[in-house]
Amino acid sequence: MSAAQGLARRARWRAAEIVFWLLAFGALLLPPGKHLLLNEVAILALFALSLDLILGYAGIISLGHAAFFGTGAYAAGLLCKLVTPDPLAGLVAAIAAGALVGLLTSFLVLRGSDLTRLMVTLGVALVLHETANALPQWTGGADGLQGMAVGPLLGLFDFDLYGRTAYAYSLATLFVLFLLARQIVNAPFGLSLMAIRRNTLRASALGVPVNRRLIAVYTLSAAYAGAAGALLAQTTAYVSLEVLEFQRSADVLLALIIGGAGWLYGGLAGAIVFKILQDTLSSSAPQFWMFWMGLFLVVLALVGRERLSRGIGGTMRGLLARARR
Amino acid sequence: MATILFDGVAYGMLLFVLACGLAVTLGLMNFVNLAHGAFAMAGGYVTVLLMDRAGWPFLACLPMAFIVAAAIGLLLERTLYRHMYRRAHLDQVLFSIGLVFMAVAITDYLLGSSQRNIRLPDWLQGRREILGVNVGIYRSFLIVLCGALAVGLQAGLMRTRFGSRLRAAVDDARVARGLGIPVGLVFAATFAVGSGLAGLGGALGVELLGLDPYFPLKFMIYFLIVVTVGGTSGIMGPFLASMLLGIADVAGKYYLSTALGGFVIYVVLIVVLVLRPHGLFARVR
Repeated sequence: MSAAQGLARRARWRAAEIVFWLLAFGALLLPPGKHLLLNEVAILALFALSLDLILGYAGIISLGHAAFFGTGAYAAGLLCKLVTPDPLAGLVAAIAAGALVGLLTSFLVLRGSDLTRLMVTLGVALVLHETANALPQWTGGADGLQGMAVGPLLGLFDFDLYGRTAYAYSLATLFVLFLLARQIVNAPFGLSLMAIRRNTLRASALGVPVNRRLIAVYTLSAAYAGAAGALLAQTTAYVSLEVLEFQRSADVLLALIIGGAGWLYGGLAGAIVFKILQDTLSSSAPQFWMFWMGLFLVVLALVGRERLSRGIGGTMRGLLARARR
Repeated sequence: MATILFDGVAYGMLLFVLACGLAVTLGLMNFVNLAHGAFAMAGGYVTVLLMDRAGWPFLACLPMAFIVAAAIGLLLERTLYRHMYRRAHLDQVLFSIGLVFMAVAITDYLLGSSQRNIRLPDWLQGRREILGVNVGIYRSFLIVLCGALAVGLQAGLMRTRFGSRLRAAVDDARVARGLGIPVGLVFAATFAVGSGLAGLGGALGVELLGLDPYFPLKFMIYFLIVVTVGGTSGIMGPFLASMLLGIADVAGKYYLSTALGGFVIYVVLIVVLVLRPHGLFARVR
């Protein structure tokens, strides 16, 4: 089997994937009531997908991924308030802003150990948080950015109260960006990232330009996170300092870990589970949710991520095999 | 000017006591423990509860804060932490964030989310003029107490048998075990002392830092800064780093605005880490 055949094989669409996306788009036809939650799921899924690109594929641990999410949210919000209410223009601006900040800060994560990277990513997010807090004339400070009047999507569909347009918009964005990510990680570029994660030294000995690849994927991931931020800002017509908080970085990490890092559906599956759990548990008391999330993380770390995801994956494969029979 | 310097030093001393346990677990044992602040919070709440409900005097609460936090630390180390020492950093991060979330949720559930305060004894309150500098009495108390602790810790690490065993266990656990050093016990004892010191710091810090269930998350970054900037060569690096951080924080918040003060610290952190990934005062390996 040649290398090209091998790559094509990895990139082949599987039946379960098609079913997954049909279900996701089919949810648009549900009666109104759940679309706001679904919209949040789609946004978190896109955000987790972006973290997966650097954590799951390139092996960069980040505790400050909210930096790019927040950048995108503020970029979309400010563009909407000051220039044009068109949501797609805001999305493009947010992607550009996220990518720019990602590119500028990517040089900081090239050096050092996991710990240094943790601290630097955390530090970048904190710096942006403080900046947003210190510029209330632009960002509204602690009150948040208010008075966004987002225009209709494509000039046709208004964002309604029930969130159907919002969900359609977020899901379509997620789908397009997912397709792009799928192409990228199945291309030689994606393979070289995995080589870097497994063994940086060996990858560079094989001729992989390690630093250039890391900068590229970090920028790409930041652009994705910016898009997710824009979706949140536009569909809620509000940006608060929360978009840059540590909690958000921790949430997305958790969502990705639930679904399993290192495959593209990990972020998507994790986002679904995370949001549904959060919705059910925090309706009784917010502390409840935090406690269970913490307990889950502790158990997960003690049992071992690999063993757990292999367990879930094995069960799923077993179920699929039985269904096929 | 001198007053700000003085306040900064007091704040830095407090940070050092809070973070020095982390300097050992993270700096020396290379375990990313984001839950360190939870032990400090435990110490703080012990003090608040003992003073409020049992009417204990402030000074009597301090040893209790140490003991309770150390006991919790010892328990967790023996049951949970020791399984995590050799895991990947990502697992350690997830594990310790999980612990923080649980600690926050439990505290919030049991004790409420409001900010807690203590009433210091009268002889620790107020400010006084010494050599033309206006100093707070409680802050002088902090400096003396924490300074003594720092000297004691350095001596303990460098001069005692336990200290040399700990350094041996950290440098090469396998060889240390081969030489008959009970590595597991040494780590457990160290972890307990570090947690206890965090608890003591939490108790001392109620007055300066405030106390609410989100304490571990709010100050996590400060502890991490102390350790990563201080480097891993022992206690003196983190000590100097906490002095720098304390002075920079107090001065930044005084001369600039509150928001910009934080900004300066984080920028300095990033610059230091990018230029010297192993910390400002690291030994060359």
